[in-house]
Amino acid sequence: MGNDVAKGKRMTAAEALARVKDGATIMVGGFGLVGAPLHLIAELERRGVKDLTIISNNLGEPGVGLGRLLQLGRIRKAIGSFFTSNPDVIEAYSRGELEVELLPQGTLAEAIRAGGAGLGGFYTPAGVGTLLAEGKEVRELGGALYVLERPLRADVALIKAHKADELGNLVYYKTARNFNPLMATAARWVVAEVDEIVPVGMLDPEAIVTPHLYVDAIVLPGQASTPVPKEASQA
Amino acid sequence: MSGAKPLEIIARRAALELQDGDVVNLGIGMPLLVADYVPDDIQVYLHTENGLLGMGPPPDSDHVDPQIVNAAKQPVTERLGASYFDSASSFAMIRGAHIDVAMLGALEVDERGMVANWTVPGRAVLGVGGAMDLLAGVGKLIILMTHRTRDGVPKLVRQCRFPLTGIRPADVVITELAVFRVDKDGLVLTELQPGVTLEQVRAATEARFRLAPELVAAGAAG
Repeated sequence: MGNDVAKGKRMTAAEALARVKDGATIMVGGFGLVGAPLHLIAELERRGVKDLTIISNNLGEPGVGLGRLLQLGRIRKAIGSFFTSNPDVIEAYSRGELEVELLPQGTLAEAIRAGGAGLGGFYTPAGVGTLLAEGKEVRELGGALYVLERPLRADVALIKAHKADELGNLVYYKTARNFNPLMATAARWVVAEVDEIVPVGMLDPEAIVTPHLYVDAIVLPGQASTPVPKEASQA
Repeated sequence: MSGAKPLEIIARRAALELQDGDVVNLGIGMPLLVADYVPDDIQVYLHTENGLLGMGPPPDSDHVDPQIVNAAKQPVTERLGASYFDSASSFAMIRGAHIDVAMLGALEVDERGMVANWTVPGRAVLGVGGAMDLLAGVGKLIILMTHRTRDGVPKLVRQCRFPLTGIRPADVVITELAVFRVDKDGLVLTELQPGVTLEQVRAATEARFRLAPELVAAGAAG
């Protein structure tokens, strides 16, 4: 992945995101704000990049996380599964300022996995016979109907993990894992925001979820980001 | 009808569909209430699609871990034997028929058992979540809904007016008035909730349905 091995993968958020340009396609981990890399998103805001295509299950909450970038008009297109929990998305969409591509949640996850695994697509039963399969190839295989879905890849993935070692091996925490390990595999430049960095050897090899070869940069924010879900909202 | 609230009647009855050892996904909203009524003598394992098998009840306010949530993003707990996994694994479990039972809400169910539960016509299509994956893949699909809307419009209809969630029919539909099973010919009324008459069900239902033999034998049709 071409980063300077001597320097290692530890970077500030500013260093890790220096290569993000206007018009970039960016995967952002999280299920709502749980497992979202909030410090990296704040750095995206600080950099002022715009016309972004964001691949993420949701677009945060109003004014928080990706919801903040949306309010600032930085997001041109969103690809995900559940945007109705943020009313700002509905407004931006109806004003014609935001393009939305909606996928069943399992299709979103599998498309990211497929993108990272070098596959050209996959056939899924989810969505067959619905509005979300319109315009897509539907095929009968073994007596059942499946819709062809394309893989997703991105220029950059911003993920949240619990611990990294200095090599970039990652472990996650509880339901903050969600889309993060998948996104780690499916972008050209992968930045992990973590709560702690430990020396190599301190993570149990059996427990490592994301092996280091997927990870380009590790960012330890000044303080750990622990999003608190505010109120019940659908996913 | 008894004095119990419709949602409680539905959740209580739905819990009786569960069998010892079932892996169960409860949809957000009313289906989550079913967890409170699981019979004491069986063990079920709750799966939540955001990546947890072995979900426990909500914590008291002193023990909230904001990074353990259900699909509604509400704080929950983990039970002994719980495991966490990524979203692709979670939906592989769902589509791959490793989840024995899903209980979901619905806006409408038609007389073939087809389900509409994700959006309404004329509104921008901006959210679907895991509904389509669950519909496509789970072992047994149980729909929990009030028999009519707040405005009194039947939700068991001849044909769904709202966009379908998939082409897989429900296996069971439970309302506060009745229980229906779905076979290849459509809806079969198998049970009246306590105190409910067949006439009440007919009056509140637009879909055509047949009567289960046991109901006929019990004289419900009379």
